[in-house]
Amino acid sequence: MSENKTLFINGKEVEFTDEINILEVMRKNGFNVPTFCYRPDLKPFGACRMCVVEIEGRGIQTSCTMPPESGLRIQTNTERTRRIRKTVLELLLANHDRECTSCEKSGSCELQKYAEEYGIREIRYAKKKEFLPIDDSNPSIVRDPNKCILCGACVRACEEFQGHAVLGFANRGSKTVVQPLAGKCLSEVDCVYCGQCQTVCPTGALTIKSDIEKVWSQITNKNKKVVVQIAPAVRVAIGEMFNLEPGENTIGLINTALREIGFDLVFDTNFSADLTIMEEGTEFIERLQKDENLPMFTSCCPAWVRYLEGAHPDMLGHLSTCKSPQSMLSPVLKEVLPLRLPEYTKENLVVVSIMPCTAKKSEAGRSELSMNGIQDTDYVLTTKELGRMIKEAGINFAHLAPSKGDSPFGEYTGAGTIFGASGGVAEAAVRTAYELITQQPLSDCDIKELRGVHNRCRDVEFDINGKKVVVRVVSTLKEAEKSIMEIKKGEAKFQLLEVMACPGGCVNGGGQPKSCDSSLIKEKRARGLYKEDESLLLRKSHENPEIQKLYEEFLEKPGSHKAHELLHTNYKNRLKGSYKDFE
Amino acid sequence: MTTPSSTESLNVSSANYSKVDKILERFEYKKSNLIAILQEVQAHFKFLPENIMTYLGTKMAVSPATVFGVATFYSQFSLEPKGKYIVKICDGTACHVRGSMPVYDAVMNRLKLTDGKFTTEDGLFSVETVSCLGACGLAPVCVINEKIYPKMTPDAILAIINNFVNDEGV
Repeated sequence: MSENKTLFINGKEVEFTDEINILEVMRKNGFNVPTFCYRPDLKPFGACRMCVVEIEGRGIQTSCTMPPESGLRIQTNTERTRRIRKTVLELLLANHDRECTSCEKSGSCELQKYAEEYGIREIRYAKKKEFLPIDDSNPSIVRDPNKCILCGACVRACEEFQGHAVLGFANRGSKTVVQPLAGKCLSEVDCVYCGQCQTVCPTGALTIKSDIEKVWSQITNKNKKVVVQIAPAVRVAIGEMFNLEPGENTIGLINTALREIGFDLVFDTNFSADLTIMEEGTEFIERLQKDENLPMFTSCCPAWVRYLEGAHPDMLGHLSTCKSPQSMLSPVLKEVLPLRLPEYTKENLVVVSIMPCTAKKSEAGRSELSMNGIQDTDYVLTTKELGRMIKEAGINFAHLAPSKGDSPFGEYTGAGTIFGASGGVAEAAVRTAYELITQQPLSDCDIKELRGVHNRCRDVEFDINGKKVVVRVVSTLKEAEKSIMEIKKGEAKFQLLEVMACPGGCVNGGGQPKSCDSSLIKEKRARGLYKEDESLLLRKSHENPEIQKLYEEFLEKPGSHKAHELLHTNYKNRLKGSYKDFE
Repeated sequence: MTTPSSTESLNVSSANYSKVDKILERFEYKKSNLIAILQEVQAHFKFLPENIMTYLGTKMAVSPATVFGVATFYSQFSLEPKGKYIVKICDGTACHVRGSMPVYDAVMNRLKLTDGKFTTEDGLFSVETVSCLGACGLAPVCVINEKIYPKMTPDAILAIINNFVNDEGV
């Protein structure tokens, strides 16, 4: 038995084990220092110098890059550390566009927060930089270099999560900027719009492009019928904007809030997640039987689809032809609602979706996802944007009376709800595929081996009618790339590959409320989804009675001609003009 | 958009890429050799074309934005085409006190370089200052395409430049 290792923080002796830096030890023991560049899910960088502490015999050190050692005597709050932090804040603010009131991040900006906490009232340094142009060239993300503090969090997120590094540092010294290659717009480079850069951005330099005003104008337009769908991961995160616990399932409150905002009908993307499983499950079984285009890739994640089109168009045959749940529900609504409700027509119907995702905004604009020139999904709002609309409407969210979604597209099973966590799509698919192939009921719905928001790659083997089927679940495109390389080398031993671009899946998506410690929060959110799954009577997509009815009355059967028309899509080689030009 | 210097691309030709491929092979596509690779590429093209940097990144599994970051960090790399003759005028302390600036001004005037331009329109000359070449005994010193010209004066450098101009038959 080795002795417990201890160090001293502000005179208090605390234990530590395998923490990567003294900052983690401090935070675990209730001591805090401000940080801009440190993000628990990213490698420490030591750029912002806000986390400085004074260590006996070692002087000033950045606590994010200093590993813990036995016997260290750390002071977190001294004359020197306070002076350093104030100077850092002043220097950052000197070159910062300080139009806070009209900034997208106002209220959730860390620079604003610490400037307030440290009582910065005067900035001794002159503004130097000229105004740099704002990049709003794409449907998802706005980049405002005038608010960048060069902490490098976005650069690391892009590199460490997506293996992509669309953003990078350029130039040196006072001329340093963070930008895509050669200062191009995000739309001109290989950005997949996952939005992870803006979730780690401490300031307003990277923000979500808002569609709130457009949605308000549709809602207030008397000639329009505006219906809405809510993605699984939204329900376990939006409460955080109203002081509820992460992971608390607020779907009932969301339904009520959406009606109060003025949406005509409220549906659930969980319904079309069930629909996705019917189609994707059938497609997978077919491919297994014919042994072609295996492994099959899931196609729910728009960032992943865009990545594959841009980086590996030769692999597009592996991608399921199923649309994502968002893009399945919208055309069904536009086809079916006018048949059932006389006041709804194809012309006056507006479909809005609430997504945990910034890439969904760009997915909605894909030409493949339109009919007769009308996009299937008209507007996409992120969780954060919906939260803001609720606040703007003066709704007391936490105290609403919960209500149910509208029938029939508000009904869902537990399989649909777990789509929001990494591994959920695979688990839902296995539940249905197993029963459809074996014609035997699955004894235990909980396939825990497929779950987990921290482990970014896992293989689970199933025995289905004596046939061995390996399902691989990955999150982040960096992991996906490794799996693609395995396939290209002929070493892949899995038949189904679930990919989510955001680490941990949609619960940690780019459109979710901001959190400085996503590593803890995403786990709580995922737990909230699995809790709802467990609480539901029906937990397999093919058991959803409304799904069965939709097939009987409208779609015939999974994989039918009609189903292909509405629920399947095709992909394009988008290699041209991208970084991968010369492969 | 936000870059201080504009970038230029080369026409894509297979000859250019096969040259780059040879350099990459020699340096084993290693990320740790990126600076050396950029130096060789610049020696060949006289500058770092944007599409070549993209190509390097893709081949080396380093993002093009990172390659660009390294290329813009070091002043030895140029993102604009450089002239056939690169005139480096030392402006280290020793050269400076012995009159490097009048030498520099004379060259800039002779080549009609103003408004932040450092390469002549005909693409023959580029002028740059460097900080100490380590030849302070020869101050003020100039280097033109690897050849060292010691103890320069405005008249001496003009004579040298004029010789190059005559050689080129301009």
